[in-house]
Amino acid sequence: MPSSVMPTSRRGGGTQPPSAAISTVGLRKSYGDKTVLDGIDLHIPAGSVFALLGPNGAGKTTAVKILSTLISADGGQSQVAGHDVATSPDGVRAAIGVTGQFSAVDGLITGEENMLLMADLHHLSKREGRQVTAELLERFDLTEVAKKPASTYSGGMKRRLDIAMTLVGNPRIIFLDEPTTGLDPRSRHNMWGIIRELVSGGVTVFLTTQHLEEADELADRIAVLNDGKIAAEGTAEELKRLIPGGHIRLRFTDPAAYQNAATTLREANRDDEALSLQIPSDGSQRELRSILDWLDSAGVEADELTVHTPDLDDVFFALTGPAGVPNQPKETAR
Amino acid sequence: MSALSLAVRDSNTMLRRNLLHAWRYPSGTLNLLLTPIMMLLLFVYIFGDVMSAGIGGGGADRSEYIAYIVPGILMMTIGSTVIGAAVYISMDMTEGLIARFRTMAVYRGSVIIGHVVGSVLQSIASVVLVGAVGVAIGFRSTDATVLEWLAAFGLLALFALALTWIAVGMGMASPNPEAAGNAAMPLILLPLISSAFIPADTMPGWFQPIAEYQPFTPAIETLRGLLLGTEIGHNGWLAVAWCVGLTVLGYFWSMSLFNRDPK
Repeated sequence: MPSSVMPTSRRGGGTQPPSAAISTVGLRKSYGDKTVLDGIDLHIPAGSVFALLGPNGAGKTTAVKILSTLISADGGQSQVAGHDVATSPDGVRAAIGVTGQFSAVDGLITGEENMLLMADLHHLSKREGRQVTAELLERFDLTEVAKKPASTYSGGMKRRLDIAMTLVGNPRIIFLDEPTTGLDPRSRHNMWGIIRELVSGGVTVFLTTQHLEEADELADRIAVLNDGKIAAEGTAEELKRLIPGGHIRLRFTDPAAYQNAATTLREANRDDEALSLQIPSDGSQRELRSILDWLDSAGVEADELTVHTPDLDDVFFALTGPAGVPNQPKETAR
Repeated sequence: MSALSLAVRDSNTMLRRNLLHAWRYPSGTLNLLLTPIMMLLLFVYIFGDVMSAGIGGGGADRSEYIAYIVPGILMMTIGSTVIGAAVYISMDMTEGLIARFRTMAVYRGSVIIGHVVGSVLQSIASVVLVGAVGVAIGFRSTDATVLEWLAAFGLLALFALALTWIAVGMGMASPNPEAAGNAAMPLILLPLISSAFIPADTMPGWFQPIAEYQPFTPAIETLRGLLLGTEIGHNGWLAVAWCVGLTVLGYFWSMSLFNRDPK
């Protein structure tokens, strides 16, 4: 029924290569008159890490909910693990593990009981269930608190239990919706280690994040979701190349020297308040040398010279900013 | 495994989760017993003299009023317990855990069936506890046969099942546990306008049809008949019809609410 609203394929052939763990064509979802997803096309190869990056309210969680069969799409088609999400949800469910944005552990029972509950729902035998539970609790450093109610766990422990529960059925595809939101830096790094470990075991990971650093750190491919549309997609490097954000920044302390340099270097972007000039650059050694030569020959002597390579922040702000202002100089907030 | 045995297995897993909760946190169950027990003691020992004057054409003593009121209190106990079920399932539905269950290849109805069966078992345990209080203050059945006792238990279980399904639907239709508690409130107020405390025929004439045909009165009258040998008449069929009707209604209501896209 829902698949009858298949959009006209923009990929010519329509069918995806069989190696895709997750693929969507023209995925749409709206709540009332608010369009949350406005035609999303994704193709995620098996065994890779895919990050969906976007600001709050971009539709990341909605995409995860649709692909994990929690809610239905209004249009478009999606396949997960070779099963159509709309017509064969149980096929999808048998292949996936989901760790949502909000804790999905039973706080009233112990960590161990949570794990055994998952084992029972995956129809493991008593012995298998106990074995898997012990292994995963050990792996996620939860053995010591295994007999305590999960509600007494810290945020990081709850997250780890959450992921451990997700792994009970050995899912081939794992969805992680903002897996590090609310974690302290140490727990976040632990989580990254866990995710890398999953990937080395051949699992496909679909994660959403607001942290550019996180996507850069973990993902093979990144899609920037903004306003329900994929604003850009590619590897971290490819995305960075999309944005002419790299520049050399010359800072002056003497206003006269600044004025002099500004009139000489007409190509540079001026920042009169900071007494600094920005010269576009790709950050390569060759270009840096030629700029230095040029500055010398023009007799410009800056008090400070810094090289800025574009990072995902530049990409992110350029793609998701209200007006799309890629050349706007921006301090990297740290 | 066949689809049916999977359904049974998953539902059983969910039931064990619910029973584990009840076992770990018994105060929730026990709190729900306070209302019917307070009502029992209040009506027998505080209002007892006036109340007993209203039954059996006047002149009944306290022990006769205890006999009259206990079947009603037992049904009220079920009403009180299932309010807990409404709050509990509503609380559960707001948890991320249910979202996790929905993304797993488990039998779809298992979450709700676990709640329903858990609540019915809890209701039966509650009825036994409140019944023990009734016996302690002097309630005795009059010449009930084994068959009548079994029928009485069956009726209580069936009534618990019916009210639980309705309460579960109320809980699922509510946006939060507080609203669920409020929505299910009629289930403990209805006994007050049934024949639980005073005979329906002593109520104002215009009100009697409401009192006589609402679900509690036929169930209470049937239980009285089974335990005390009073006239059951058409109340037996009415009680069973109400139970079956409410069960079917609650089942389809709850399931369709569960199959909606979650918020």
